[in-house]
Amino acid sequence: MLREIIVIALGAILVENFVLVKFLGICPFLGVSKKIETALGMGMAVTFVMAMASAITWLVQEYILVPFGIEYLQTIAFILVIAALVQFVEMVLQKMSPGLYQALGIYLPLITTNCAVLGVALLNVQKEYNFINSVVYGTSAALGFTLAIVLFAGIRERLELSDIPKPLQGFPIALITAALLSIAFLGFQGLKL
Amino acid sequence: MSITKEFSKGLIEENPTLVQLVGMCPTLAITTSVTNGIGMGLSTTAVLVGSNVAISLLRKFVPSKIRIPAFVVIIAGFVTLIDMLIKAYFPALSKSLGIYIPLIVVNCIILARAEAFAYKFEIGKSAADGLGMGLGFTLALMLISSIREILGNGTFLGIPLFGESFQPALIMILPPGGFLTLGLILGVKNWLTDRKKGGEA
Repeated sequence: MLREIIVIALGAILVENFVLVKFLGICPFLGVSKKIETALGMGMAVTFVMAMASAITWLVQEYILVPFGIEYLQTIAFILVIAALVQFVEMVLQKMSPGLYQALGIYLPLITTNCAVLGVALLNVQKEYNFINSVVYGTSAALGFTLAIVLFAGIRERLELSDIPKPLQGFPIALITAALLSIAFLGFQGLKL
Repeated sequence: MSITKEFSKGLIEENPTLVQLVGMCPTLAITTSVTNGIGMGLSTTAVLVGSNVAISLLRKFVPSKIRIPAFVVIIAGFVTLIDMLIKAYFPALSKSLGIYIPLIVVNCIILARAEAFAYKFEIGKSAADGLGMGLGFTLALMLISSIREILGNGTFLGIPLFGESFQPALIMILPPGGFLTLGLILGVKNWLTDRKKGGEA
């Protein structure tokens, strides 16, 4: 049981990193990674949303969609759950931490369209995880996202100061950096779990 | 602007992938082969045209406060439709695109066009805009996937291009290749634009 959980968690964080291996959640990864602080904030918001979304969508799938035989409404049902959740997180943040709310700006409502969140919900169903495994998978996938985005922000802060050929400035060099980071994460493929 | 203009702007000038830089997840994830690229491009185009038309028709009835959830539900409806069609008629494609088909729902291109265009303009223009943006996305995916498939697998649309002795650069169809290809394409694009500007000045 415990072993299974550790395998799922390590797999989602390192071996199959959501951003660098599965390409889920690229928009915020490229968009909010200019500073470590905002990257960390985004990572935390996404982690919370993904953990909650994994739990709720699992319950929706198991107790609403399957018993009524309406699995084909999965996409619509899941995206509605996620949209409502994000709205909730936004309201909480606005009240509790206006600074972070300001910093995350436009990207907060965009968590709804963060493919990582819907992706994890769909993958949980595909992999036929039980409730606990779903939540573990969702949380660790989000931690993997946070790890990737924070590392990437750290590198980008340094890139600001370096002398880069003009055509590559901005987005192109960011993507090439992400490629190198992704090569580094390929190294974890050899991990025997 | 005329309808033709609305259609053609999405192809090059305002190309969603290479100029507006939206919809990055599918762009990087499924461009490992040209077939996947075309399949994903056309599915997205179909959803985009459908959702743009539907949202344009409903724009007078949807209050602006709840427009985003309304858009998302409309888009999710079209995606479910396309998902079922692909599963029924192209099972192999459905298998290789996997969860990226339902994930068209969260492709920022679609929501962005709904919000920036279809909610404001009439149906003909919205359909043209959706078709243009969708085909622009398809073209970009074809470009990226051609480079990745040729270099990473030595084939184009599954047909071998080089002799037996060709050693494909496997890294190009692995995840890092996606980032690298797009980064370099954007670099070349910037270089070309800069040179053009320099020539004019």
